[in-house]
This record gives sequence, structure tokens and C-alpha cells, in this order.
Amino acid sequence: MRSICCWIRQLHFSSMAIVSSIMSTSVDPSSLGVCVFPNTSKIFGNNANQLPTYLRLSTSSRRHAKLRLAASISKVPLKITREEKHQDHVNSPDKGHDVFEEIKHRFLTFKKDKYMDNLERFQSLAKSQSPKFMVIACADSRVCPSEILGFQPGEAFTVRNIANIVPTYESGPSETKAALEFAVNSLQVENILVVGHSRCGGIRALMTMDDDETEEGIDSRSFIKNWVIIGKPARSISKSAASELSFDQQCQHCEKESVNCSLRNLLSYPWIEERVKKGTLTIHGGYYDFTECTFEKWTVDYKERRCVERSLAVKDRSIWS
Amino acid sequence: MGSQSYEDAIEALKKLIIEKDDLKTVAAAKVEKLTAELKTISSSDGKAFDPVERIKQGFVTFKKEKYDTNPALYGELAKGQSPKYMVFACSDSRVCPSHVLNFHPGDAFVVRNIANMVPPYDQVKYAGVGAAIEYAVLHLKVENIVIIGHSACGGIKGLMSFALDGNNSTDFIEDWVKICLPAKSKVLAEAESSAFEDQCGRCEREAVNVSLANLLTYPFVREGVVKGTLALKGGYYDFVKGAFELWELQFGLSPAHPV
Repeated sequence: MRSICCWIRQLHFSSMAIVSSIMSTSVDPSSLGVCVFPNTSKIFGNNANQLPTYLRLSTSSRRHAKLRLAASISKVPLKITREEKHQDHVNSPDKGHDVFEEIKHRFLTFKKDKYMDNLERFQSLAKSQSPKFMVIACADSRVCPSEILGFQPGEAFTVRNIANIVPTYESGPSETKAALEFAVNSLQVENILVVGHSRCGGIRALMTMDDDETEEGIDSRSFIKNWVIIGKPARSISKSAASELSFDQQCQHCEKESVNCSLRNLLSYPWIEERVKKGTLTIHGGYYDFTECTFEKWTVDYKERRCVERSLAVKDRSIWS
Repeated sequence: MGSQSYEDAIEALKKLIIEKDDLKTVAAAKVEKLTAELKTISSSDGKAFDPVERIKQGFVTFKKEKYDTNPALYGELAKGQSPKYMVFACSDSRVCPSHVLNFHPGDAFVVRNIANMVPPYDQVKYAGVGAAIEYAVLHLKVENIVIIGHSACGGIKGLMSFALDGNNSTDFIEDWVKICLPAKSKVLAEAESSAFEDQCGRCEREAVNVSLANLLTYPFVREGVVKGTLALKGGYYDFVKGAFELWELQFGLSPAHPV
């Protein structure tokens, strides 16, 4: 029989005064599975004697009856050399590469280059945020809105999910919906921007599904299919509109059409439609093509909207290249 | 004339209307004129916010300063992505990982939602987060999943404030943040008498731990962790102090001691 060991290592990057220590504790085998050690940093006044958090795991994990836990806190220096900074950008494949070190340097680079230089702004932001934008973008590592649109801290409340999909008010998973509610009703953003992009893996998955699969209910084998199926109307439009074109071109068509599908779905939220009608909220679509480096933008024309399903009136379309 | 003097003039005129009824028509017309001028000023002084111009400038600057100066990187990225990290961060406008952890295009596959939560395995209810984890772990084969909590998190404040007794006051927010209810229970059990702000700070970190544990409910995450191809890490960005904490959750198989 084998048992699972669980280690937690903790570093605190801002402080010079962390005591190194190793703690280990045995967990009652009858407890509920994984044991997560509480925070141990003194900086935040946490009590190191707190009991660990016990959380339920699925039965397959519970077979491993014996859990061990160890936590360590390491002291880390504040200084970064130019060489070390350079190494941050090297995606080192060697196994000795310490992710902790890398993340530490990443944070310290931000702190040195941005935070300390704009201390006043960061301190005022720390009190509250009042972003003008809510952005829904893909989780893809190449399309971060802060990068491609230059959003600075405080400017954009951002959701990132597979294929920048917005479910309708009435159906679909809730994480994007909760974020919309917070952005629109609490933060009162003035603009919602949905950004699609070229070579999107989520859209490709949607376009490669069998016709039967899109008719079936929940597919127990794949989360991805269960999620991207929300974009089914975009798939149908692209399949028929671009049927003469290559598969890649069909996908590109669908990448844009799927943004429209999300824009339409946004209008199904009563508190969004109300604000759009009053003119206090504007909805935009965007498409970032990273093979050519172009950005296409369009805006929902609410007054001209057609209630016919699948059509969406847009205005002010422009392409920046 | 500055906005303030316009506003003062309007106030004075309104007062006059109340005091001298016969001036009503004249003053009302004057108020209307001033109000209109005030509106023109705030939209034409060049400082008015134009959202489309803002994103256009942002994109043009990105292209000129980053894309065009690094054709090797962007040429490679156009072919495919192979990020080493998957990151969960909050939707909060102040905590984008590209800033806080200096991630560049291609570095990190990023999910952002309210309070950086990972719900437990559920094919229907949480297909969005599940799809992202499945894609990152099985297709992109990321080596690390990092969940980053942060200070003054509105989602956690909500979790700590809402009664969560089934009588929801929001359409979706309560339903979402209650994923981390175990963190709230723990904080209340341990720090019941603490100030609300202190409780929230504790909960912001505990919620990351709940999410780390929830990651292990996904079979493909568990498999990666047990095989040693995937590491799970918790992080906390304190933007009040400008600090970052990182901790690790690792599972490995080891021979059991004979009982």
C-alpha cells in the first residue's frame, strides 16, 4: 500500500524577515481526503497554529488513506540582477529550473518597473476600482487584453474563458454570468468588449464536432465540447455561409461569428439590455488576428437591432493594422 | 469658464427662481443654456473618454512597440502556443497576471473569473472552468497551475457578507462565490471575533486553498500531479502592500510505512 504526501512551500516576496522552518503533521486517516495547510506568513498576522483546512476529495483519492503534510517558508532576497532578470524570459526545459524563483523574479520585475514607479496610482487604485471596460477574452496565452490593447491596472475588468463565450441569461454555466453581473450592476462599466482571435482552439473544437454531437446532450467525455456548444448558432451560420471555403477559413468565419453570438447573448441579460437602451452601456465586438497583427472592431447598434434570431445590427466597423 | 463656475451659476439661478417667481421663465431659459454649455465643455475639452480611441491607441502601440519589434517570437506564436503555466486570477481590473507576474504572450494560459475560483468537477454546472482545465492540462500540457488570490477582493467580500441561505439577492454572484463556502466556514470558526476586514483577508487566502483542493477533483489534474508532470501552486497578491506570496501543493506517491 502506498500513501500520498503533500508538501506546501511558502515564500513571501516582500519581506526580509521570514523565518525558515519546516513543519510537518500527520493527518487522521479517517479525515476527508486532502489536507491543505493554512497560511503561515507572519507578515499578515496569521496564526501558524491554525488547523489545516480539510476538504473532500473524490473517492478514488480517498483510497490513499494516509496523508502527510509538510510546509516550509523560505527567505528570499529582494535584489535582482540583470542576468537573473534575463533568465526569466528563458523557457528553461531543464528539470532543475525552480518555478518559485521564476515567479519571484517575475513579480519583482513588476514591482520595480511598474508598481514603485507609479506608487501613487497603485495606492489610489488599492482603495477602489472603477474600470470603464469589461472585457471578455479567450484564455489563450497569446491574446491577453492587457498586452494587445495596452490596458493598465484599473482599466478593464476581465473575464477569460475558452473561446471568449458568453452564455445566455437563461442557460449555461455561471462564472461568466456572475462576472457580468458584478461588472454591470456593481462597477457600472460603460463598455463591454468581447474579443475573439485567430486560430482559436475552442472554435476549432466547436467546428470539428460531429453534427450528432451538437444535437446530443451533455458529453461525459469532454468538458470542452459541453462548453463550446454554447456557440452552436455561430457554427451553423459559418457552416452554411462558408461551406465553399477551406476548413481553416470556416473556422476563421466562426471565430468572428461566435463573437456576434456572444454579443447577442449579452442582450438577453435584462440589466444589460436596460442600460444599452438608456445609452449608459455600449457593447463592442473585436477580433484580433495574430498572424497578420490586425484588430477589427465593431459596435452593437441597439436602435437598429432586428429581433430576428441570428441577426445582429452593428455599426462603426473598423480595422486597425 | 471652468465646470465649477458653471455649476455655481446654475445653482445661483435656481435659487433665484425659487425666490422670485416672476423671473421663472427667464431664469429657466438661462439654466438650460448653461447646462447645455457645460455638457459641451465636458465632451470637447479633449479629456472626455473615448473608449474606441482608447483601444485603438492601445492596439497601435502594441503593434508598433511589441509585435513589430519581435518578429521571431510572434512568428513562432502564430504557429502555436505551448505555455508552461495555467493561471487562475480574479476578474478585478487591478490584478491582471500579465502585469503582476510580467507574463508575456505565450507564457500563460489564463482564466479570469470572480474571485479566482476553481469549482469542483461538474460536467454541466461548471463546464466553462472544466473546459479550460481540460484544454490546458490534456492538450497544452502545462506544467504548473497557479491560482492567484488578491487583497480587497470584491468576490470574497461578497462571500463573507452574503447570508447564502438560499434567498439570493443577486442573479448569479452568490451562486458563484459559494463555491468557496468551506473557506468562509473555516475563517468564521477560527476568527469569529476578528474585524470584518481581517476575516476577508484570511478568506482571500483560504479560498485559494479550497480551489487548489478542487483542482484535485479533476481526474486529469490528479493524474498529472501524481505522475509529477503537473504542479499546483497558490499565490496571493497584496496590492495594498505591493507583496506577493506563493505556496505549493504537491502530491507524490511514497511507500507507506507498515502499520
